Amino acid sequence: MLASLFDNAALMIMLVGALVGIASSLVGTFLVLRGVSMLSDAIGHSIVFGIVVVWLLTHQQSGPVQIVGAALTGLLTVFLTELLVSTRRVKKDAAIGLVFPVLFSAGVLLLNLYARDVHIDTHTVLLGEIGFVWLDTLTIGDYRVPQALLWMGAMTLINGAFVTLFYKELKIATFDEALAKALGLAPGVLFYLLLLLTSGTAVAAFDAVGAVLFVAFVIVPPSAAYLLTDRLWMMFVYGALVSIASSVSGYFLAVAWNVSIGGMMAVMTGVFLLLAFLVGPRYGMVAQVLRRRGQRRVNEIRTLAVHLYNHEDGPEQWVENVTQALREHLLWDGAKANRVVERSCAAGLIERRGETLVLTAAGREMAREILEPTRNGTGSLTTTVS
Amino acid sequence: MSLLGLLHDYTIQNVAIGAALLGLISGVLGSFAVLRKQSLLGDTMSHAALPGVCIGFIVAGAREMGIILLGALTTGALAALVMLLLTRNSRLKTDAGLGITLSTSFALGVVLLTHIQNMNNAAQGGLDAFLFGQAAATLRGDLWIMGGITVAALALVIALWKEFKLVSFDPEFAASLGMPVMWLEVILTVMIALAVVVGLQMVGVVLMAAMIIAPAVAARQWSHRLEGMVMLAAVIGVSGGVFGAVLSALSRGLATGPLIILSVSSVVMVSLLLAPGRGFVWEGVRLWRGRRRLRYQQVLTTLYRLAVHHADPVFRSEQGMLDTYHGHRTRAALRQLQKRGLVEWRSAPPDEPGGAKHWVLTASGFEEAKRILDSLGQEER
Repeated sequence: MLASLFDNAALMIMLVGALVGIASSLVGTFLVLRGVSMLSDAIGHSIVFGIVVVWLLTHQQSGPVQIVGAALTGLLTVFLTELLVSTRRVKKDAAIGLVFPVLFSAGVLLLNLYARDVHIDTHTVLLGEIGFVWLDTLTIGDYRVPQALLWMGAMTLINGAFVTLFYKELKIATFDEALAKALGLAPGVLFYLLLLLTSGTAVAAFDAVGAVLFVAFVIVPPSAAYLLTDRLWMMFVYGALVSIASSVSGYFLAVAWNVSIGGMMAVMTGVFLLLAFLVGPRYGMVAQVLRRRGQRRVNEIRTLAVHLYNHEDGPEQWVENVTQALREHLLWDGAKANRVVERSCAAGLIERRGETLVLTAAGREMAREILEPTRNGTGSLTTTVS
Repeated sequence: MSLLGLLHDYTIQNVAIGAALLGLISGVLGSFAVLRKQSLLGDTMSHAALPGVCIGFIVAGAREMGIILLGALTTGALAALVMLLLTRNSRLKTDAGLGITLSTSFALGVVLLTHIQNMNNAAQGGLDAFLFGQAAATLRGDLWIMGGITVAALALVIALWKEFKLVSFDPEFAASLGMPVMWLEVILTVMIALAVVVGLQMVGVVLMAAMIIAPAVAARQWSHRLEGMVMLAAVIGVSGGVFGAVLSALSRGLATGPLIILSVSSVVMVSLLLAPGRGFVWEGVRLWRGRRRLRYQQVLTTLYRLAVHHADPVFRSEQGMLDTYHGHRTRAALRQLQKRGLVEWRSAPPDEPGGAKHWVLTASGFEEAKRILDSLGQEER
């Protein structure tokens, strides 16, 4: 039964895609939170150099040697970038943009020179070939397991173990680096470990999604999660959900339209991010607009209450406290004035008595509170003076 | 092929002219991008040009350079806009915004690319060149378009030079002068997209960002003035670009983009090491000289203090004693002082037969030590 699962190409492809997403977003979450997500772009590109060099030396196309060896190039990139920044000759953004292209260029040229006829061509470098992951298998026991699945599964486990083991330390180092230093948690070492795992994940994912699409899996699911929740562990959950959903939907759309599977999966992460951006419960655009509108409505009702309160019981109240007067005195157009009056009535703050608008007890209380916030002893003005 | 023959080769001519145009525009506009810390925006925009290239191709139905570049410009600028929208209206920071737009728009480009491959259009082969750049694929007609864009961009830079300069260094001050800062920034950003578009054919979308950054960073090391930096960046861009592109056209099989990037990056390396004033080499030399001077000044003042303490301006100090006093060997420092005529290596006087040689301050050494200690005292005061 298990064997038939491993023979199911579609399932394998989706599984690999989901694992790439899950493993990447485990480390990506911290990169996004620390504001260094573009390092994943640098790492993704520069491991090409490492992969080619390790391949030339050992002729291993994948596996632990490849993952560790090429991952060191990722670290090298970050190290060189930080070295360049520390000389203060080059700003951080420019330094990132200087170092990785050099390593990437060297990698591509080496490919041009030495590896014209092997499976890594320059196309695969950029795009990967997730559609063919099920062809390249390794026999374990009685099962033929796709290599990509194996290595991605291993990276997912390692990343998961790292995050679980150092959860507290990572959390403090991410949100309060000074505190982490003071507590002796060595945030620098932790950060480099994180980047090493990012590089390892990039190498493991390389055959499947290539150098550039990898960036989408690292940055986009955690960013979408960041728009949905304030809890760190929930970010991992949402990140994983977005990854799985992108992988499955991306696969089927790609098959339906006969386009690149990896590309479509990455596009789908973008679509889910857009959804989170638009309709996220708290930080989404729609929620923001609704909240702003709600606030505006409350303000209008409070303005009306104060206006009525100011002219209450005065001789002018027959002129001032009618819907008509709101046009001139509060510069509200007729429709708006009617709307606000309707809402205030519904909220039980005012009543209509013929033409005149009259505050109810609750409405009067609200107006008083706005005008004399210190009256009930809650305000600070009188207490500090006396 | 002789050098003269090279100059007459049609393809080489095209490649060289194209690379020169590319180096010119990316050097000039890259200077502003780097100064405004927008280097990575260039990266995002160049990756985002890929879907535009594909859309342009689909619309035109063939490899129409004009339409393809228009598409690239549109999606590149659009990506910058999306990035801005994402970061302004949500809690995502700039780096995440850049990464999101970069990766998803590139993914979209990949999807469109595979879609085009399925259309079985005979002309689609040329599109792969846009990934890593293929200098040899440059046509004479493409050069006219690239040249037009370059000239227009340069004309704009010259016309708005003062404004761009001010916006790059002090946008608040520019705003207080009543300059339309937002529009100027928009124009500068769109012009980065223009540079990207010119380079697509040569360098490809993946490495174009480096072409924008590298010449500017190299030029920055040599010049402290914007005028000098921009011109030098243009020169570096042109020479690096032409060198890399011609090399690629001659070698057949080596991708152009990486070659151009490596040649420009080696200029960056050299500049970082050797640029007068800022180069690491000079800094190292300065540091070493300073350290050496400090060491011999320390020894000099020690001799002076001993002389004052013993009320004997020609007090004789033994080498071993000075070494012990400083905790390290002082012979090198004393040699320096001797060369400058500040100390003397004097034999023992005749009334002390068999005495070892000693170090003694000269008159000018005495004065110099006094001066050093006085100036130190002034600083402390």
